[in-house]
Amino acid sequence: MRIGIACPYSWDVPGGVQQHIRDLAEALIGLGHDVSVIAPADEDRPLPTYVVPAGKAVPVPYNGSVARLAFGPLSANRVRRWLRDGAFDVLHAHEPTVPSLSLLACWAATGPIVATVHTSMPRSRVLLAAQPVLRTALEKIDGRIAVSESARTTLVEHLGDDAVLIPNGVTTRRYRHAAPLDGWPGEGGVIGFLGRMDEPRKGLAVLLKAFAILAPERPGLRLLIAGRGDADEWRQKLPASIRDRAVFLGETSEAEKVRFLHSVDVFCSPNTGGESFGIVTAEAMAAGLPIVASDIDAFREVLRGGRAGELFVTGDAADLARAAGALLDDPARRAELSVAALDAVAGYDWGVVARDVLSVYQTVVLGRAAVVGVA
Amino acid sequence: MIWTLTVAIVLVLVLWGFYVSWRATRLDRLHNRVESARTALDLALVRRSSEAYELVSSGVLDPATSLLLTDAVRRAKEAKPDERDLAESDLTRALRAAFGQPEFRPSLAAEGGAGGGAAELVAEVEAAAHQVYLARKFYNDVAGRTLDARRRPLARVFRLAGNAPAPEFFEMDDALAETDTRA
Repeated sequence: MRIGIACPYSWDVPGGVQQHIRDLAEALIGLGHDVSVIAPADEDRPLPTYVVPAGKAVPVPYNGSVARLAFGPLSANRVRRWLRDGAFDVLHAHEPTVPSLSLLACWAATGPIVATVHTSMPRSRVLLAAQPVLRTALEKIDGRIAVSESARTTLVEHLGDDAVLIPNGVTTRRYRHAAPLDGWPGEGGVIGFLGRMDEPRKGLAVLLKAFAILAPERPGLRLLIAGRGDADEWRQKLPASIRDRAVFLGETSEAEKVRFLHSVDVFCSPNTGGESFGIVTAEAMAAGLPIVASDIDAFREVLRGGRAGELFVTGDAADLARAAGALLDDPARRAELSVAALDAVAGYDWGVVARDVLSVYQTVVLGRAAVVGVA
Repeated sequence: MIWTLTVAIVLVLVLWGFYVSWRATRLDRLHNRVESARTALDLALVRRSSEAYELVSSGVLDPATSLLLTDAVRRAKEAKPDERDLAESDLTRALRAAFGQPEFRPSLAAEGGAGGGAAELVAEVEAAAHQVYLARKFYNDVAGRTLDARRRPLARVFRLAGNAPAPEFFEMDDALAETDTRA
């Protein structure tokens, strides 16, 4: 298929929507499709070959904060030209309610249109949806995708439109191989944790308690913690005798994160709730790590009910210590879980997610002879 | 002797009374002017919003720009009194960003048609924005002078301002022209 994807935010600026579009586009190209992405971008910077720059994004107040968006007659003309030159089978607009390229594309295009909603819309933006400009654009959309349940709920409750739920994928190959951080994992065993320390639902407190149980019996065991938060404050929560065996990396870059994952023997997800999917756990699985995770819905699902990783009673440090200790003592079991985790996470790979998106494309194209044109 | 002294004291008191009352009248007049300047500023802001809304509803702008401006106009209209300065400044910034886009002016000529409608609508917004700039300048000027007058010892001791609330400066970004400081 010839697929045109419109991105509302600057390609040069890191962000969830841009990352999603990049992964999706590359997965679709990997499946043999023709993909073109139009995005606000600086033309002087190197861009992937599938990205068409639509000029620089401008910072402008919108919806209570300042966003970098592309609008105005020049952007509108570039979107039209892109649509005309591309002759796409389907147009895929991301965040069409943001006043930028996606809205311009929905507005200008005729033919099959799919839209993905990423964020749950605040009420103020829902009110805006009544504006004729937005209504006209939204009514042209044939298929809607929501990346989260909350995004879907806003669509259904406020706009009366239903959407297919297709969550973000994991680019598993990015996590598969990496050199460990210098000096890790060493001989005595390492338990890893990744997540914001100051978010109580990430459950670091449970892991520290479990570590205090495990450490005295295992003199070489260490704890490696990555994520934002006050390391000193957390270190104080450990008994003084084992304090220096917990190492805090702070916030890591994408590349460091992958190296971090390859520096630990067991990965722990002690979350006490609040996860809808557990992307971090999935990434650790993609690195082939044996997982110890709390028994919440999201983890039970991604770990296939405990077959692709150990589950422990949510919030129970003693049970976590038991499960992690058993894994640390049993290399054969760790190897087994590593294989099972890789196998399970393959189902969440972008290659699979992209196929779900593709079937939405195929559905809206059904029975329509026309390709995407310009109104 | 005592009699002359009494007359002199009474005379001084009367004159001083006249002076105080004159100061009070002046302060009262200043407060009235603050009020009318504030009304003028409010009207100018409302007019700017409605001109901007008219431009948006005319359909001459691209949908992204019109959505952006619709949002800014609505926020300015619905802002609570203590957030009004921020919301109006945001409207200025949104207008500045929209009007400053490459090819914005040429595209108006293309849209305008025989009546030159599009360019005219934009000119109306710009005129209204300039009026906001003037009205705010006048208001802050008289507000400043009133605050000075209220701060005089005489005005404070005799509470010449009465119950009139102290005026507040209205600070906002109202510079629509390209040459002004960017947000």
